[in-house]
Amino acid sequence: MTTATAGREVTYLEAISQALDEEMTRDERVFLMGEDIGPYGGAFRITEGFQQKYGEWRVLDTPLSESGFVGAAIGAAMMGMRPVVEMQFADFISCAFDQITEVAAKNHYRWGAPVPLVIRAPFGGGVHGGPFHSECPEGWFFHSPGLKLVAPSTPYDAKGLLKAAIRDPNPVIYFEHKFLYRRIKAVLPSEDFIIPIGKADVKRAGSDVSVITYGAMVHLALEAAELLARDGIELEVVDLRTLIPLDKEAIYQSVRKTGKAITLHEDNKTGGIGAEVTALLAEECFDSLDGPIMRIAAPDTPVPFSTPLEEFFLPKVSDIVAAAKKLAAY
Amino acid sequence: MEVLETWKTVKRADLLQMYYYLRLTRALEDRITALYRQGRIVGGVYTGNGMEAISVGYASALERDDIIAPFHRDMGAFLVRGITPGEVVAQYLGKRTGPTKGKDGNVHMGDLKRGVIGFVSHLADNLPVATGVALAFRLRGESRVVVTNTGDGGTSRGDFHEAMNFAAVRKLPVVFFCNNNQYAYSTPLGLQMAVKDVVDRAKAYGMPGEIVDGNDLAAVYLAARRAIQKARAGEGPTFIECKTMRMHGHSEHDSAKYVPRELLEEWKKKDPILKAEQMLKQIGYADENTFREVGERVTKEVEAGVEFAEKSPLPEGPETLNGVFATDEEIKP
Repeated sequence: MTTATAGREVTYLEAISQALDEEMTRDERVFLMGEDIGPYGGAFRITEGFQQKYGEWRVLDTPLSESGFVGAAIGAAMMGMRPVVEMQFADFISCAFDQITEVAAKNHYRWGAPVPLVIRAPFGGGVHGGPFHSECPEGWFFHSPGLKLVAPSTPYDAKGLLKAAIRDPNPVIYFEHKFLYRRIKAVLPSEDFIIPIGKADVKRAGSDVSVITYGAMVHLALEAAELLARDGIELEVVDLRTLIPLDKEAIYQSVRKTGKAITLHEDNKTGGIGAEVTALLAEECFDSLDGPIMRIAAPDTPVPFSTPLEEFFLPKVSDIVAAAKKLAAY
Repeated sequence: MEVLETWKTVKRADLLQMYYYLRLTRALEDRITALYRQGRIVGGVYTGNGMEAISVGYASALERDDIIAPFHRDMGAFLVRGITPGEVVAQYLGKRTGPTKGKDGNVHMGDLKRGVIGFVSHLADNLPVATGVALAFRLRGESRVVVTNTGDGGTSRGDFHEAMNFAAVRKLPVVFFCNNNQYAYSTPLGLQMAVKDVVDRAKAYGMPGEIVDGNDLAAVYLAARRAIQKARAGEGPTFIECKTMRMHGHSEHDSAKYVPRELLEEWKKKDPILKAEQMLKQIGYADENTFREVGERVTKEVEAGVEFAEKSPLPEGPETLNGVFATDEEIKP
């Protein structure tokens, strides 16, 4: 278990663990459910040591039944608890799709009962997980009114967004990127903080081309920005952080400044969040655009396993550089 | 025990109160069906006709702080929990005064203040939800219980399995009812499952189960009371299969021609209201006068409800946009 330590760098994974620990200490209504999260500490060890600290019932190992335990979390949430459910991998969220979209998402709208529920979904590729351990399922839920979706890219955002999600009165799916777990580190403030849901963040300011992205792709965009700066092209990297509700103003503000936009995600291209952002820009920022809106995304295939296939599948820094150069020429 | 002897074990006042709810449920749903036939109700009408003893029985066995997660044959349970006939008709008419303010129709209503979890069309979805309600009670050390109900068809879904299993593993204070009315829409029991009785399914979860006559009010009530007491005492969940018959179609648009007429004739004789009246008379708790008075009372209440609902305003179009998300103020501790 990781406790907040001022001055020490923590990983993205430790930041998630800290947020859970601090929220469980702060609010006794908060409890955890999931597969192998108890004595084992979870497939990624996010809840290591939690059961010793909080007991068997607040760190509840469940049978292998995603629909069952998400449904149970919904029931507990309606009774005033604050459940945080761990999907072992985001891919398995498909088993709970019905409970999430039909029960959790529609509950408050239909009959006014809030469902303050958090579902943590470790998602994304680049970890040789193959078709069932690498998915980006956010697109499925992007189209289900009543859910909030967040996807942090840094330890700071990971901690602050998870705390905000736990304190939110609505069902929130928290997409945590597996590739970032132990690769990204930062020093975090020692005092309590949250990142408000619904607020994007400009991770790098630039004047020439906007890249609108989230999750692990933020880091790819930042790498591309470094390379492009050498050629005199200034990339602005807009990290959405929250997918629903989308911070439309932040997107418009950036694109009105640069006049050029690239959407970037590792989810499949068709019907992805990039498509929605593109449509919004066409509707709201047409007069500011100096070039076509470009979408960089994974092809419309499942996530393949073998290294050359997965490398082909995932967006690359070179894709961003090429798109930005093309746009800069307009 | 003989049926009459069983009835004698229930207090007179409780029996008469439940009899009133049987009649109110029947009268209300008959009235809604009539409104539907007159074209005054848009959308589907799903009734519990002939099955009222199940929902009235289990809901009457609960304490005020307990919770129900009913399904669409359970109008009696909604009424016992205090949802009024006026609210129900308003819900059917899509009025702003219905429990969902026009957002949802027919029996898809709930109200946490009265301990009713809203029903979802996807049958068995509310079973895992009920286990979570029970889990919250367990986590907080409260001696409260939740009762949920689904049909025979609903027990074929994965959510039934996942809920039963989880509840049994964690000994949660939940009682699972099954309204076995022999048809899931047009699909007869034999094409729904290979086991003879639905209760056989409980064995797989290590959960005690029993079969009761779903048309016998006292039998349902007593079975519910035993299971609820057990759950409240921390002894875990129970599965109760109520044998009954769906006397109408799946919904009122469905003529149910696929159900043999003889079967319906046979079950008509076992009508739960008829049975209750026979028993109440035999014990000497009530007579024809009582039945007539109750009949007049429920007719009056239903008519007042229809009037209330018809006078109620419809929602305005832009109200569509309200309530997708909850606000912090709604659940401050």
